[in-house]
Amino acid sequence: METATVPGFRQRFGYSAVLLGIVAMVAGTALTVAHFGTADAIAARQTEDRQASLREVVPANVHDNDLLKDTLILKLNRPNEGMGPITFYRAMAKGQVTGIAFELTAIGYSGPIRLLMAVAADGKILGVRVLQQSETPGLGDKIDIKKSNWILGFNGHSLKNPGERGWHVKKDGGIFDQFTGATITPRGVVKGIHAGLELVAAHRAELFAAPSKTSPAEAPHG
Amino acid sequence: MADSYRQIFKDSFWTNNVILAQSLALCPTMAVTSTATNALGMGLATTAVLVVSNVMVASVRNFITNEVRIPVFIVIIASLVTLVDMTMDAYLHQLYGVLGLFIALIVVNCAILGRAESFAARNPPLASLVDGLGSGLGFTFGLLLIGAVREILGAGTLLANASVLLGPPFKAIEMTIIPHYNGFLLMALPPGGFLTLGFLMAGKRLLDARQEKRTETRELAALAAG
Repeated sequence: METATVPGFRQRFGYSAVLLGIVAMVAGTALTVAHFGTADAIAARQTEDRQASLREVVPANVHDNDLLKDTLILKLNRPNEGMGPITFYRAMAKGQVTGIAFELTAIGYSGPIRLLMAVAADGKILGVRVLQQSETPGLGDKIDIKKSNWILGFNGHSLKNPGERGWHVKKDGGIFDQFTGATITPRGVVKGIHAGLELVAAHRAELFAAPSKTSPAEAPHG
Repeated sequence: MADSYRQIFKDSFWTNNVILAQSLALCPTMAVTSTATNALGMGLATTAVLVVSNVMVASVRNFITNEVRIPVFIVIIASLVTLVDMTMDAYLHQLYGVLGLFIALIVVNCAILGRAESFAARNPPLASLVDGLGSGLGFTFGLLLIGAVREILGAGTLLANASVLLGPPFKAIEMTIIPHYNGFLLMALPPGGFLTLGFLMAGKRLLDARQEKRTETRELAALAAG
């Protein structure tokens, strides 16, 4: 840093520019190499993650297929169902659809909460898990199975059980627990899951139709 | 030489502690110290990056001109963090699930740029390594203290879920300090973090003042005896 000992060429403007360019190039090269080196491994880990979370929400005894391979993509454009296509993973046993799993987003206290939920053919919830959330640590993050069992409380419930008025946290007259110091997070999750059940109810026919493997061109949806 | 390294370590760990003396990196500090476990995770990840970035900055310090040093340091630190992020995602996926959130936050930790600028840019790599280690562990120590206080007062537990971060053998260090505690919301939120930090900083000042007085008395005694 002492100006006196710095050789003349270093004081020229070009030196700094070239230096910064070289540093950026080396960093860029390193990142590119690392990206290509790790991209496949990261993609594989993500598939494993998805399989693992699907295993958590869909019990092994209701299906005999690979959920990641039996997917159905519904394009939703009604405003209250959210935008864009949703991928449904279908659990099948002996050719019958026994349940479907899909991702949905609930709105929490500090941003979106990504949920994965599975619903059985009879409309009952098989399981729900939080995939990603940024709720207050120690308070709202109890929706995560790693922190508490709260999320298991949805298993077995459906649109009719507890019915429209029950689908709220206890504070709002419903049947689901809120947390001490955090009401907004559970309220958001309850609302999100209820919306998920309504979505399934609205598209029941398409979602649970047995896929006719003999004539894939004439899929029941479309 | 060993003495001077010890001095560097002591300076960076305690005398100029990132949180308790310099009050740097308060944003990640408030964000992760609601539990001691998160604090520990963030501290360790930061220490790793700080050590490597300090060594790298120190080894190229003679080529860097004053005018472009900040962008060069930032490129080095950001690339380093991104490399760590990608490598962990690919090969240490379990740990990444826990620490992933913190790693991206490390880029914006001003303590790392601060050490690069004020120490690594003027000192040889080995000394910078010691400084990085001291600062990083000092940061971890500060985070852990705040996290412990906030977790005990806020939730009644200490190091809850530590086994998720460190592995199943560490289940034993998860403690419930106050059973059937209803929680004290304020401590889990940022105000609780600032309150705790304030008291801890005051505590450090007290300790330092007492230490100084003791050295003074000893010097006076030595003078009188001599």
